[in-house]
Amino acid sequence: MVDAKKYPAPVTNPETAAFWDAAKQGKFMIKRCTACGEAHYFPRSICPFCYSDKTVWEEASGEGTIYTWSLMRKSPTGPYAIGYVTLKEGPSVQTNIVDCDLEKLKIGQKVKVVFKPTDGAPLPFFTPA
Amino acid sequence: MTIKGKAYIAGIYEHPTRHAPDKSTAQLHAEVAKGAIEDAGLSKDDVDGYFCAGDAPGGAWPMVDYLGLNTKKLRHVDSTETGGCSYIIHLGHAAEAIAAGKCSIALITLAGKPRTGAMPPRAAGAEADFESAYGATTHNAYGMCAMRHMHDYGTTSEQLAWIKVAASHHAQYNPHAMLKDVVTVEDVLNSPMISDPLHRMDCCVVSDGGGALIVTTPEIARSLKKPLVKLIGHGEAMKGPRGGKDLDLTYSAGIWSGPRAFEEASITPKDIKYASIYDSFTITVLMQLEDLGFCKKGEGGKFVADGNLISGVGKLPFNTDGGGLCSNHPVNRGGMTKIIEAVRQLRGEAHPKVQVKNCDLAIAHGTGGLLGVRHAASTAILERV
Repeated sequence: MVDAKKYPAPVTNPETAAFWDAAKQGKFMIKRCTACGEAHYFPRSICPFCYSDKTVWEEASGEGTIYTWSLMRKSPTGPYAIGYVTLKEGPSVQTNIVDCDLEKLKIGQKVKVVFKPTDGAPLPFFTPA
Repeated sequence: MTIKGKAYIAGIYEHPTRHAPDKSTAQLHAEVAKGAIEDAGLSKDDVDGYFCAGDAPGGAWPMVDYLGLNTKKLRHVDSTETGGCSYIIHLGHAAEAIAAGKCSIALITLAGKPRTGAMPPRAAGAEADFESAYGATTHNAYGMCAMRHMHDYGTTSEQLAWIKVAASHHAQYNPHAMLKDVVTVEDVLNSPMISDPLHRMDCCVVSDGGGALIVTTPEIARSLKKPLVKLIGHGEAMKGPRGGKDLDLTYSAGIWSGPRAFEEASITPKDIKYASIYDSFTITVLMQLEDLGFCKKGEGGKFVADGNLISGVGKLPFNTDGGGLCSNHPVNRGGMTKIIEAVRQLRGEAHPKVQVKNCDLAIAHGTGGLLGVRHAASTAILERV
């Protein structure tokens, strides 16, 4: 399968730069609040659940299951599957499911993170585990 | 403090166009403003409140100037932008402003040209780097909701198709509807898959056009000639993935905006005679009917099947103009036309073939943004006096 799709480079900002620096090392990071213990995604400096500023970076396992998906049958860059993956650590993340037969995706299917290059930091995607 | 009965909708206008290559967006705003002001029997110099959303070129102050509103008199503006439900939120905000004495004749306009002009870009949210590359569109964001709803509750494509079938039954009587042909469940299921599990006929039309409202005080409304329609309940709410915790795409923010509006109106969904429900996609209608309490969560599929939404046939006549699925979806924003058809029903001005008998209580409900990602919802409950 040829994956010629070109993805936009993240703009990044001071709040999220550490995520993209880690992505360059192939690490998929989430944020966890040390006050309430909850993990969240995408990363914020203030915990969206308890408003503590004691949030820390944590490398996620990169493993999860498909919460839902939808296969866009036509687009200027061809068909693609958008979905939400619920990470082993808890949070659900919006993503594309890639590098597989997109017509055979199933809710509950196990997937793992895979990074795709851009002109800047690589972007996280998910593919069947 | 309540807005119950404090504001009346005295003027409505839906632009008849669905394709406007020969008009500007600002011009369409002016044409619908003129239409609603004339429908109310007022003049533009009477307007002292103006409401618009992201479709208005340049926002409130360029529009106020372009429209030639009386700036010596204009004393209240609101440009709340919540996508397709902006205008239902504006209706509530206009009532609040009127109840507080901040204005007495409010004009709300919507117009634009998604078929024949460029759509203004949306500003990026904090999530942009973490989501924009994945290509969320309306089709696939609502597709994700439908996929999960089917998984959790056994909802079927046939049940979703009944929503389009009902809309098409109504659209055949609307001379301005883009799609006037009555369709069957099979037609919907045989239309091309756009974004699983949504077929082409599960999707609304794309149309140029617009609409406008005049909202005013009870006293001024009574001095005018139109049948009296008052706002008796209003709610608004927002929902998003909120850090990804306990994600549940099978319900919308309508689960909060609806009860707020019903509580203010002191009525229940059983009292509603006619429902305008935003129909960007069939799944939008199904989820909102559940969220508003017309049936239990998960039972929307059964509720919409077998013509239950067809006027004169089912228990809950909906979108009797043909809705966004068949008639009109100006600027990809369905909230305005939802209010307009609800007012037509309450005035007794709907097409005789779809007019609901003794229509004294109606709901207009919509969402804005992407149901599967981040969205707003607003509910308005209207009563014929």
